Amino acid sequence: MDFDLPFIWAVIILFGVMMYVVMDGFDLGIGLLYPFVRGKVDRDVMMNTVAPVWDGNETWLVLGGAGLLAAFPLAYSVVLTAFYLPLILMLLGLIFRGVAFEFRFKASDQRRHWWDKAFIGGSLVATFFQGVTLGGFLQGIEVVDRAYAGGGLDWLTPFSIFTGLGLVVTYALLGCTWLILKTGGPLQARMVEIGRPLTIALAAVIAVISVWTPLAHPEIAARWLGWPNTLWFAPVPVLVVATVWQLLKRLDGAPDASPFVLTLCLVFLGYSGLGISIWPNVIPPSITIWEAAAPAQSLSFALVGALLIIPLILIYTAWGYYVFRGKVDASQGYH
Amino acid sequence: MPVTPAIAGRFYRNAGKGAWIVWDLDALLLARTQFAFTVSFHIVFPAITIGLASYLAVLEACWLRTGQSVFRDLYHFWSKIFAVNFGMGVVSGLVMAYQFGTNWSYFSDFAGSITGPLLAYEVLTAFFLEAGFLGVMLFGWKKVGPGLHFFSTVMVALGTLVSATWILASNSWMHTPAGFEIIDGRVVPTDWLAVIFNPSFPYRLAHMVLAAFICTALLVAASAAWHLLRGRDNPALRKMLSMAMWMLLLAAPTQALVGDFHGLNTLEHQPAKIAAMEGHWENEPGAGVPLILFGWPDMAREETRFALEIPRLGSLILTHSWDGQFPGLKEYAPEDRPNATIVFWSFRVMVGLGLLMIALAAWGLWARWQGRLHKSRPLLRFALWMGPSGLVAMLAGWFTTEIGRQPWVVYGLQRTADAVSPVGADQLGISLALFVVVYFVVFGAGTVYVLRLIALGPVPHEGEHPPRGGPGQPRTPARPLSAADERLSPATATTRG
Ligand code: HDD
Ligand code: HEM
Ligand code: HEM
Repeated sequence: MDFDLPFIWAVIILFGVMMYVVMDGFDLGIGLLYPFVRGKVDRDVMMNTVAPVWDGNETWLVLGGAGLLAAFPLAYSVVLTAFYLPLILMLLGLIFRGVAFEFRFKASDQRRHWWDKAFIGGSLVATFFQGVTLGGFLQGIEVVDRAYAGGGLDWLTPFSIFTGLGLVVTYALLGCTWLILKTGGPLQARMVEIGRPLTIALAAVIAVISVWTPLAHPEIAARWLGWPNTLWFAPVPVLVVATVWQLLKRLDGAPDASPFVLTLCLVFLGYSGLGISIWPNVIPPSITIWEAAAPAQSLSFALVGALLIIPLILIYTAWGYYVFRGKVDASQGYH
Repeated sequence: MPVTPAIAGRFYRNAGKGAWIVWDLDALLLARTQFAFTVSFHIVFPAITIGLASYLAVLEACWLRTGQSVFRDLYHFWSKIFAVNFGMGVVSGLVMAYQFGTNWSYFSDFAGSITGPLLAYEVLTAFFLEAGFLGVMLFGWKKVGPGLHFFSTVMVALGTLVSATWILASNSWMHTPAGFEIIDGRVVPTDWLAVIFNPSFPYRLAHMVLAAFICTALLVAASAAWHLLRGRDNPALRKMLSMAMWMLLLAAPTQALVGDFHGLNTLEHQPAKIAAMEGHWENEPGAGVPLILFGWPDMAREETRFALEIPRLGSLILTHSWDGQFPGLKEYAPEDRPNATIVFWSFRVMVGLGLLMIALAAWGLWARWQGRLHKSRPLLRFALWMGPSGLVAMLAGWFTTEIGRQPWVVYGLQRTADAVSPVGADQLGISLALFVVVYFVVFGAGTVYVLRLIALGPVPHEGEHPPRGGPGQPRTPARPLSAADERLSPATATTRG
């Protein structure tokens, strides 16, 4: 039996990136919400809700990078070169965020505000430039002779800046609803307050991207609007509208887990939408996963390790979340 | 005419020589500097991680066997330092995984089918370790039985070694490629065993793992010496010094032996590198090659100036005969020669420090025999000064290896100049500057923290109050850095509860 190895690898990488967006998304969101919460105790609580899990979340990013190199070396080399500056800035943002996490708790009271700022700044820079990269990716990358052929700042367009801001809103909402789930009292009330405008902003972002992308890229328009595709893809926008509506409703009710779950659905739907627009290209607008794939010998060799270890990582991750379930408040110290 | 960076890159590739070459070489130089800078920072942390993980496993084995509390105290002391160091290894490694694409895109496209899977295995190994056993090792002291805990520590130690194996397989393959074909101008693996066990891999793995053990032994010895010199004395400090000196006695001479074999292997596969390391330009018919102790290899004049030589020793070491000859640099076209000035000296720094380490180990043995190991102040001072020398020798070794490989990135297959991404010098300049600033701030803070932890010293009976947290402990993080919950400021002392 013949396996479609590039397809399997594409699924693994898409899954890895999805895991990354969902999981690192909410803890970057905590950093984005920091400026809206002043008190030290509340800030401690916010950090405590993600402290046990965040660095496991980040590992999906490394896995995504290494997986891309192993399975689609061409895409790895072209995409990373095309987005040189945004990616470097994202990495530096993540470094600051990661270290601030640790040293904030070890710093004296007078010094702590420096690590707070590093945390906010790192989260913002990392999120924004991830969004910029995403936008630039959707715009397409100029490739000649298997190499990036565009300029150093091609990624910098109104569209990519918009997606950068869009991702900031997305992660902020993920963080906000996560906090609604994990906290109580005034902090939770504050998050409910912030939740509404964020939801509306995110809905607007999705709407704008859904109109902007097909307008700018006829081939994407053709994919969504051609018959019978429209029929197949129609559930995506319909579900988006339904989810936003539910989310707004739930934010009014008793605060619980549902806003977070609904936000996850929204992110998942948005991600699928992007996937539909691009598939089966790994370098938009025209290089497919099969054209960019590594030789079968490489794909199968790496697949053995991935299939052995990824399930174990998933099990451990699930267990970690299970152990740290329930609400966090100020009385439950971090250390 | 304004020229975009990408155009400049392609221009160079197509035209070979021309006006834009200057611009392009600038970008190349910046890319190389950035890679050397970030990887040199990174490798320091893994070296200590690898060494300490094995040290901790040994400590725990001794504790389980003898029941002496010094071993447990030492375990808890060094596991905190291990934790912080591990955290910094992960963050600096994150950057490395992306640089092959951002900075060496032609290399990734050309050889990614081999380096990619090997890197993926390294990352998967590290994750697996991080996800599972590390948490138990750092936080599970009272949660699981002693047997399971020891098992976790051993797994972490093994994991770091496996991780090193993958990355060194990849690096060695770039030096001595094997087990592949070139199809459509790209590398295709044909035999993974041959890829992994390529000709230089066993030597490089052995040499690097020994280097990691030596770096750690010297760090441990220097920490003990620092405390002892300040008049602090307790069984844990003595034990630490004693164990480190045994390790050094074992590893330093072995390292010299392995290094010798490594050099012979290099002579077989990369003779130009050996010629550069020896500052050897040409053979005289029928004569043995001298060993140049010191001198100044001058690339422009094609000679080694001010050479201080020992006749025939070069032949003796490298060919094991009185008048054996090996290729000199002049046998290679100027554009195929590595920079002998740097390689010659970095090699001497490494070997010189290696000899000093052997001297330290020998002195230690003698003092031990006299019963003065932890009392002899000159010895302790020597050990203190030698503390960072392992790391310096290791970096000097890497510089020898990597710069000696030039101008190739994959030896004989792809030149470094053809590997670099079409990214402009302006962007590279920005990123390099950012890396320098951020690395010094972030890893500077981390290093200061480690030094403060060391300055606190091992505390007797510390092991009876191990850090709480980790799996099964609600709301205490199961992450490396939090194991090092040290009272560095009053604020944290009060929150410890
Ligand atoms: C001899 C050993 C060695 C060498 C030469 C390198 N590394 Fe390394 N690396 C390790 C030994 C190691 C380690 C000991 O296995 C680390 C330290 C902490 C850890 O988790 O694993 C690690 C961590 C580490 C991580 C983080 C994994 C995680 O998140 O847990 C990445 C992505 C890399 N490395 C990548 C690289 C790259 C791209 C290198 C080459 C340029 C490199 N390493 C050289
Ligand atoms: C970890 C310790 C290492 C150190 C300190 C180190 C050091 C260096 C230095 C100094 C250079 C620049 C050489 C020059 O341009 O003149 C370099 C280049 C390079 N090294 Fe290493 N290296 C290390 C490990 C590795 C490993 C493990 C790999 C691959 C898996 C690797 C791959 C490369 C590549 C791709 C380049 C760029 C191309 C080149 O200049 O050859 N290095 N390294
Ligand atoms: C004392 C005698 C030593 C000898 C004869 C020796 C020999 C060598 C040689 C010939 C190389 C170059 C390998 C190549 O061609 O690529 C090398 C590389 C290296 N050396 Fe040494 N070495 C010695 C001591 C040390 C010490 C004390 C350390 C560190 C603690 C060290 C760390 C390294 C490292 C990290 C490399 C680069 C990785 C590799 O290629 O293995 N060496 N050594």
